[in-house]
Amino acid sequence: MYAAIVFLPLISALISGFGDKKLGDKGVQIVTCATILIVSILSIVAFWEVALNGSYQTIKLFTWINSGILKVNWALRWDTLTAVMVIVISVISFCVHMYSVEYMKDDPSIARFMSYLSLFTFAMLILVTSDSLIQLFFGWESVGVISYLLIGFWYDRSSANVAAFKAFLVNRIGDFGFLLGIFCCFVIFGSVDFNTIFLNVPKMANKTFNFLLWDNINAITVASIMLFVGAMGKSAQLGLHTWLPDAMEGPTPVSALIHAATMVTAGVFLVARMSPLFELAPKSLVFVTNIGAATAFFAATIALTQNDIKRVVAYSTCSQLGYMFFALGVSAYPAAIFHLVTHAFFKALLFLSAGSIIHALNNEQNMKNMGGMWRKTPWTYVMFWIGNLALIGIPFFAGYYSKDIILEAAFASHTRTGKFAFWIGILTVLLTAFYSCRLLFMTFHGKSRMQNSSTFKNAHDPSPIMLIPLLVLAIGAIVSGIAGYKYFVGSQMAGFWGSTIKILEEHNTINAAHHYTPIWVKVLPILLGFIGIFLAYIVYVLQPGVPKKIKNAIRPIQLFLLNRWYFDELYNYLFVRNSWKLGLLFWKTGDNTIINGFGPDGISAVTKWCAKKVATWQTGYLYHYAFAILIGLVALISWQLAFGS
Amino acid sequence: MIKQWLLTIIIFGPMLGAAFIMTFRGKQDRIAYLSRWLALITSSLVFLISLLILVFFEPDSANFQLVQKINWIPSLSSSYHVGVDGISIWFIMMSTLLTPICILASWEAIQKRVREYMVAFLVLESMIVGMFCALDILLFYIFFEALLIPIFLIIGVWGGVHRVYAAFKFFLYTLVGSVLMLLAIISMYCYTGTTNLLTLMQTRFLPEMQTWLWLAFFFSFAVKVPMWPLHTWLPDAHVEAPTAGSVILAGILLKIGGYGFLRFSIPIFPDASADFTPVVYALSVISVIYTSLVALVQEDMKKMIAYSSVAHMGFVTVGIFTMNIIGVDGSILYMLSHGIVSSALFLCVGAIYDRMHTRAIKFYGGIAKNMPRYAIIFMLFMLASIGLPGTSAFIGELLILTGAFQVNTWIAAFIASGLILGAAYMLHLYRRVVFGKLENEKLNTILDLSPREIAIFTPLIILVFCMGIYPSIFTDMMSASVESLITNYKAALDENAIINLTAR
Repeated sequence: MYAAIVFLPLISALISGFGDKKLGDKGVQIVTCATILIVSILSIVAFWEVALNGSYQTIKLFTWINSGILKVNWALRWDTLTAVMVIVISVISFCVHMYSVEYMKDDPSIARFMSYLSLFTFAMLILVTSDSLIQLFFGWESVGVISYLLIGFWYDRSSANVAAFKAFLVNRIGDFGFLLGIFCCFVIFGSVDFNTIFLNVPKMANKTFNFLLWDNINAITVASIMLFVGAMGKSAQLGLHTWLPDAMEGPTPVSALIHAATMVTAGVFLVARMSPLFELAPKSLVFVTNIGAATAFFAATIALTQNDIKRVVAYSTCSQLGYMFFALGVSAYPAAIFHLVTHAFFKALLFLSAGSIIHALNNEQNMKNMGGMWRKTPWTYVMFWIGNLALIGIPFFAGYYSKDIILEAAFASHTRTGKFAFWIGILTVLLTAFYSCRLLFMTFHGKSRMQNSSTFKNAHDPSPIMLIPLLVLAIGAIVSGIAGYKYFVGSQMAGFWGSTIKILEEHNTINAAHHYTPIWVKVLPILLGFIGIFLAYIVYVLQPGVPKKIKNAIRPIQLFLLNRWYFDELYNYLFVRNSWKLGLLFWKTGDNTIINGFGPDGISAVTKWCAKKVATWQTGYLYHYAFAILIGLVALISWQLAFGS
Repeated sequence: MIKQWLLTIIIFGPMLGAAFIMTFRGKQDRIAYLSRWLALITSSLVFLISLLILVFFEPDSANFQLVQKINWIPSLSSSYHVGVDGISIWFIMMSTLLTPICILASWEAIQKRVREYMVAFLVLESMIVGMFCALDILLFYIFFEALLIPIFLIIGVWGGVHRVYAAFKFFLYTLVGSVLMLLAIISMYCYTGTTNLLTLMQTRFLPEMQTWLWLAFFFSFAVKVPMWPLHTWLPDAHVEAPTAGSVILAGILLKIGGYGFLRFSIPIFPDASADFTPVVYALSVISVIYTSLVALVQEDMKKMIAYSSVAHMGFVTVGIFTMNIIGVDGSILYMLSHGIVSSALFLCVGAIYDRMHTRAIKFYGGIAKNMPRYAIIFMLFMLASIGLPGTSAFIGELLILTGAFQVNTWIAAFIASGLILGAAYMLHLYRRVVFGKLENEKLNTILDLSPREIAIFTPLIILVFCMGIYPSIFTDMMSASVESLITNYKAALDENAIINLTAR
C-alpha cells in the first residue's frame, strides 16, 4: 500500500500521457481522477497507521547510486511528517484534478494537462517519502520541472514561457545551494541517508571545515544554511521569490496545487525534516527566522497594491510561507507544519475560488475590471469569505489556530530575533486582513466596472464538478484547525510526532507558549484582524474615493510597492544583462579575436604570408639564381677569410 | 578461442563491411541503396557481437580481459595487443551503439556519394574501437591518428558551406597535438625499449621527464576534450559537419581526451598528474563558465550545443583529476551520458534541419504545435542535458561535484554554477525553438517525426533513463578498474613521498 500511494499517480500519468489517443479526453479524466481518489483514500489509511498508531517504516526499493563510499538507495520513508504531507498532497491534488475537469474543458490538450497534474503528484510524493537527501533532491527537481511545464502550459503565450523560464532558473539558483548543502552533509557524515545523518549529528556538532572563503567554520551551520538556500528558492523567500508571482501565468488549478498548497511548501518540509541538523545550528535558526519574518512582511506590503487577483493571492502565499519559516526558525517545527496544512486548505480554496471568478468572467484577472460579483456567483462568494477568514486568522477558522501558535511560539522564544519575528508577524496580520478584504471587496462588492458587457451578465457560479472540490477545501479550511490542534501542537504533540521532529529541550517554544503566554498576545492578532477587515470595508465599500487619495498622498511608497520593491529590475540589471554582455565579450573578443586570431587563423595567415614572400624569390630567371649563388659564395668566402682559422 | 578473437572481430568487422561495399558496381541509386543497407547491417551486427563483451567480462577483476597479443614489429618490440577493462568497456559499447544510429540518421540526409560516406563511417568505427582496445601505445597512436582521416572526410565532403575551413581547422588542431604525442611516445620507447602499455604502467619515469611527457600527452588530449583555450575547432566542426558527423564528434571523439587521461596520463605519469592538477582545475573551471556564457548568446542551434559540450567536458576533466573514486566514476558516467544526450540533441537539431535547412534559432518558434512528438523528445533530452535527476547526466554531475567538493569546495562551487548557466541556455534555446506562437509561415507544413526517426531516438531514451534510475549496471562494471587506478595512483604518490623523505 505504501508503495502504491507513491507510484499509482505515476502509472496514471503515463497511461494518460501516452494512451491519450485510445482513452480520449473523458477517459483520461476518469483515469487520473479515479487514481488520485484511490490514493487519497489510501493516504488516509496510511495516516491512521503511521501517524496515529506510530508504525514507522522504510521500504527499500533498490540501489540507486553505488560509487566508492557514496551509497544511495531508492527507498520510501514513512513517518508522521511524511504521512501528514502525503495526506495534504493527495487530498488537495484530488480536489484540483476534479476541478480541472471542468475548468480546462475547452482546452485542446486536456490529456497533457491531466497527465502533468498526476505526474506532479507523483514527484511531490517521492519528495516527501524520500529517505535520503539525494532522493529528496530528485523529487525537488522533478516538481520544479513539472511546475515549469505547467506554468508554460499555454506555450503559445510568450509571457507564460518567460514566467516558466524564470521559475526554473530562480529555482536552480536555490538548488545550487541545496546541492552544496548535500555535499556538506556528505563530507560531514559520509552519508546522505537521513538515519545516518540524524544519528551522528550530536557527535559532529562541533566539527569544523574549510568552506570557500571561510576557514574552520562550523560544518553543521554551513550545511544547514546551504540547505535553507535551497528551501528559499522553492518556497519563494525574500531574494529568490521573484518567480512565484510570475508563475501565476499558468492555469489556475496549477497555481492552487503547486504554487500554494504543495510545491512551495517543500522548503518548509525540508527544514522540518532536517530539524536535528538545524537544532544544533543556532546561527542558522536565527538566519531562517530573519528571512521568514522579512518575507512575511515584505510580501504582504506588495499584496496591498497589486491589481491582478491571482498575484494578490500569490503574494499572500509568499507571506504565509514567511510565517512558516520564522516558526521553523524559533524551533516551532510542529507549528510550521500545522500552518502548512491549514494553509494548504484555505489557500487552495482561495485560488480555486479566484479561478471560478476568472472562469466566470472569461479569463479576466484584473480586479479593477471586476466588482459586484457576489450577486452573480454567491457560492464562490461564500467560499471566498471562508478562505479569507481562515487566512486572516479569525477564531474557529483553521488559520487562527496555526497562526496563533506560531506567533505565541515566537513570542515565547525570548530571543531578540524571536521578538522581532513576533512583532513583524503581528503587523503582518493587519496587512493580511487589509489586502485580503481589499481583494474581496473589489471583486465582489460595489458596482461592476464591466456592468454592460455580456461577460458580466452571463457570469454565474460554476457547475457542481467545480463546486464540490471547493466545498471539500472549505470544510478543510474550517475544521482542520480545530481537529488538528491537539495532535499537531496541543496535548498529544509529543506522541503524535514521535521521533520525527527533534527539538532541543531549551528550544521548546511551543511548550513555553502553552505555559507563559500573556493574554494580550492571544488577543492582539484577532483584534488586528478585525481592524484590518474594518479598514478595508471603510476604504473600499463605504468611501470608494479614499484609495485614490491615499495613493496620491503616498505616491513614492505606492510606486515602490506596485513595482514589487524593484527586485526584477535589479536582478535584470545585475545578472541578466551582465551575463549577456559577458557571453558576447567572450564569444566575439575571446574566441573569435584572441584565440582564433593568435591561434589557428593567425598562424595560418602568417604561414601563408611567409610562403608568399618566399615564393616571390622563385622567379624562374636563371640570372637571378646565378646572382644568388654568387652572393652566397662571396659571403661564404668572406666569412671564411675573416673568421677562419 | 572466441574470447581471444572477439575484440579483433569487433575492430575489423566494420572494415570488412566497408571493403565489401567498395566492390559494388552498377547504377548510382542501386549502389546507394545497397551500401546503406549493408552499412546498417554490418554495424548492427558488430553491435550485437559487441554485446558479447558484456557477457564475457568479469566485473570483479581490474585486469585487462579478452586480451589478444600477436607479435607485430619485433624490432620495436611492438605487438598487436588488445584488451578491455572496466574503463574502456563502456566506451567500446558506446561506439558500436552509436554507429548504426549514425547510419540510420544519414539515411535520407546524405544523397551524394553515399557509398563513400558509408565506407568512411565503417572505417571510422573500426578505428575508434581499435583505439579504445589498444594496449600497445604505438598501436593506439596509429588508430588515434587514423580515425582523423574518415572524420576529416566526413566534415570536408559532406559538410555545410564552410566545410573546408572547418575540416582543416579540426585536422590541424588535432595534428599539432598528436605530433607532440608521437614525440613523447618515441622518447618513452627510447627510455624503456618497449611500447607495451602494461610495461609502461609499471615503469617509473624520472619526475622531470614525466613533466615533459605529461605535457605532450596533455596537449594532445586537451585538444580532443576540448579544454579552453583549445576548443575553438569544435563549434566550427560541429556546425559544418553533417548530423551524423556531429553525433560521432560529440558522442565519441570528445571522449578520447578523457579516456586518454585515464588510460595514459594518470597511470603512467602519476607524479606529473599530481603536479598539474591545479592547472587542469583552473582550465576546467574556465571552460565551464566561459563556454556556458558563450553558449547563452549563440544564434545557431548547433553552435550552442557545441559550446555546451565544451562546458560539459569541463565537468569531466574536473572529475578525472579529483583522483577519488566518486569523481572518476562520475566523470566516466558523465562522458557516457554526454555521449548519449548530446548525440541526441544533435539528432534533434538534425531532424528539423533536414526539414527546413536552417539552424538559425530565429527561424523557428512554436513548432510544438505541429511536432508534438518531437517536442516531447527534445524536451526530454534538453532536461537530461541540464542534469535533471532521474536522467543519466544527473548521476554523473552529482558524483563529479561530490568528488570535487571533497577535494576543494571552490572548484565544486564554481562548476556547480555551470548548472545554473546550463539551465539558462538550454531552456532559452528550447523556448525559442519549440514554444511560442507559430509565426513563420514556412513552418506550417512541418511534419512530425517519422517512424525511422523515432527508432533512432528510442534506444537513446531508454539509455538515458536506465543510467539515471539504475546506474549500478554501469558502475558495477567499472568499479574494480577505477578502484585499482586510484589505488595505484595513490601508492605511487606515497612511494614518492617516502623517497623524498629518505632523500632528505
